[in-house]
Amino acid sequence: MRAVALFDKLSVLTFKEATMRVNWKTYNPGKFFDEIISTPGYARKPARGLASYLRSLTHAELLEKKTAADLAIKTMGISFTVYSDAGNIDREWPFDIIPRIIAEKEWDKTSLGLQQRLRAINCFINDIYNDQKIFRDKIVPKELILDSGNFRKECMGIKPRFGVWAHICGSDLIKDGNGDFFVLEDNLRVPSGVSYMLENRRVAKRVFPELFEDAYNIRPITEYPAQLFDTLAAISPRRNKYPEVVVLTPGVYNSAYFEHSFLAQRMGAELVEGNDLVVENEKVYMKTIDGLSQVDVIYRRIDDEFIDPSVFNKDSLLGVSGLFNAWVKGNVALANAPGAGVADDKIIYTYIPQIIKYYLDEDPILPNVTSFLCIDKKQCQHVLENLDKLVVKPANESGGYGMLIGPQASKKELDEFARRIKADPRNYMAQPLISLSTVPILGDRVVEPRHVDLRPFVLQADKSYVTAGGLTRVAMVKGSYIVNSSQGGGSKDTWIVSDD
Amino acid sequence: MLLSRVAERVYWQARYLERVENTARLLNVFSTLMLDLPSKTKLGWHSLVEITGSSEAFDKKYKQAQERSVMRFLLAEDNGHSISAMLAMARENSRTTREVMPTEAFEQINYLYHYAKENAVKGEKRGPRHEFLEEIITGCQQLSGLMSGTISRDDTYNFLLLGRGVERADMTTRIVDVGSGDLLPGITGDNSEVEVAGPYENIMWMNILRSLSAYQMYRQHVQDIVNPEDVVEFLIQDENFPRAVVYNLNELKVILKQLPRNGTVSTQLNKALRVVRGGEIDKLLVVGLFDYIDVMQVEIASIHQKIAATWFLN
Repeated sequence: MRAVALFDKLSVLTFKEATMRVNWKTYNPGKFFDEIISTPGYARKPARGLASYLRSLTHAELLEKKTAADLAIKTMGISFTVYSDAGNIDREWPFDIIPRIIAEKEWDKTSLGLQQRLRAINCFINDIYNDQKIFRDKIVPKELILDSGNFRKECMGIKPRFGVWAHICGSDLIKDGNGDFFVLEDNLRVPSGVSYMLENRRVAKRVFPELFEDAYNIRPITEYPAQLFDTLAAISPRRNKYPEVVVLTPGVYNSAYFEHSFLAQRMGAELVEGNDLVVENEKVYMKTIDGLSQVDVIYRRIDDEFIDPSVFNKDSLLGVSGLFNAWVKGNVALANAPGAGVADDKIIYTYIPQIIKYYLDEDPILPNVTSFLCIDKKQCQHVLENLDKLVVKPANESGGYGMLIGPQASKKELDEFARRIKADPRNYMAQPLISLSTVPILGDRVVEPRHVDLRPFVLQADKSYVTAGGLTRVAMVKGSYIVNSSQGGGSKDTWIVSDD
Repeated sequence: MLLSRVAERVYWQARYLERVENTARLLNVFSTLMLDLPSKTKLGWHSLVEITGSSEAFDKKYKQAQERSVMRFLLAEDNGHSISAMLAMARENSRTTREVMPTEAFEQINYLYHYAKENAVKGEKRGPRHEFLEEIITGCQQLSGLMSGTISRDDTYNFLLLGRGVERADMTTRIVDVGSGDLLPGITGDNSEVEVAGPYENIMWMNILRSLSAYQMYRQHVQDIVNPEDVVEFLIQDENFPRAVVYNLNELKVILKQLPRNGTVSTQLNKALRVVRGGEIDKLLVVGLFDYIDVMQVEIASIHQKIAATWFLN
């Protein structure tokens, strides 16, 4: 299998192409900030080891490593599900072998910024569902929250342990033209991708063992499942007992099923579906071969609307009737808590810097991307006048759906979005098109720059934790900004390396 | 704490894998048997689909049971009965219970699945068929070794053993059934006289033993030439050979004792054991072997039903 795949790839290369090496002088990121070279032919300091290592291999040798990585991904069964008309397909995870390098110092600062952000967000959510001081102090308009599709009035008055509602957050970061990190969005509902971050490292170790040994001190990332378990265990309502933690999945056909299963396995937790659970006497139990067994903490990977048909979506077959009430009574912990998504909204996002200042009295360490709110008349006017230069996002979509990328849109699309914005300004915000940074990928014939983003994962309960790096997603198509794996994006291992 | 749903999937994963291995053994031995027979002899290829319990699906699709069509049907087609299809189901059950199984176990099942998907079609031809089937059998054996060497002796493991035991007992009865069927010209069914079976009968029984890797153990423990009575007795009633029906039922008994709420399953198991042990093989070979096997299969199926009713998600 391996020989054949390699032969297929090599057979389309000319001898010259196969024996060629990366030429950093002709590698051309254009006007974008490239994370590996500063000027043609010169690598940035943390990337020097990688740049010279890549040059020591011919293109054919690199392709051979790629084939080995593809095979490893196949045999390890690292997959994701793509929905299509022909049914759901379990596809092999797309991985580019060239790692992304980030310097330790830069990361440590970013990591502090992420923890600060999540701390403030949790204060915010807790305030909204309890005292609502932030409305009285006129930092965030009340209507914005109460109109939000993610606000759950059923959660009013509830105080989860440590005042934490969002225990797991996946924030999307990008680097701009100067190479500085910005936060693009915070995913507080059911962020996914962390299993791929961990598996990418496993594959990278197989492909580049020599780089791990000699060239770099790379920060390990394997502790994430243990940290996640500690976070979940910390919120267990039954304090005197080893907590029964479960991962609640929508089921095998969900696109992130691989991850649900992976995390359950690594944490030693039970992976349950809705019909494995039952609520009796306001407590949650799972059906085991011994009969019913009480559950303490549910890491739910199902959206709010579907967790309990008796409270939210009545037609949901994924959830458990009575679950919400068991949580309200404090007999089971839910991570993330229902209603946490209220801060995961592209409109609320624009207020996060003020929210940090308000609750923590600190300056934000990580900046937001400049944003224009369509609900504000002046800003809306600006957006409508500059639609062809802006990226427009609806408040509540994820996965890159429902977006308008102005500079790449047709006249018809622009008109359509102008109409939508005017009809429902609350639901839209716009940002200038940021010049995303680039990193090299291994193409069929040559090593070329492509745009990337980064999703680190942040945990918070009694303490907080940030992954060393995160999941780097890369747009595999030249010039493209679309990094989502469901839309042809790839991924990379991300290395936080020490400076010495 | 083992979830009912997980117990069910683990159990079925083990059953499918055992069925894959036994089907591979059966096809292998059938193909070898053919080489021992005079070239004009026509084998009853249809009995292969009967043994594997898939004649209905086969007959719907094919008018005649020829070597090629039967092989295609049992090796490669997406029909729920072929080796490829069963590996896909084993993989699906394994993929959905990865949280309780060692990573290597899934990776091995995943490898077998991809291997079968890419190579099963070649097995239609006799040449590559042997190699293909051997790889499948070896792969299944490696997996058994891997599981027995890396899984804690907990409920998950017990349900793997339950699935394997039930399937193995069932498959052995099916393979013995080959001898009572109309595989060879001259053997005409349950009331045929032993003498009518023709000169190739012993070759057939020898191959049946081989299909269960039982030939050597038979020679060591029975110490008589291969003859129908001793072979059937060895494969059905032996207490020590791991693919014999009685051995497997005894194993199940030990496992059941470790599981909660095992009452109704244990009762059914004891009933099955009485039926299996009660068969007088010498008399049955003259008349009634077919019915005896049929009754055994019903009892084994009933063990499965009791397991499902007791522990699975209902």
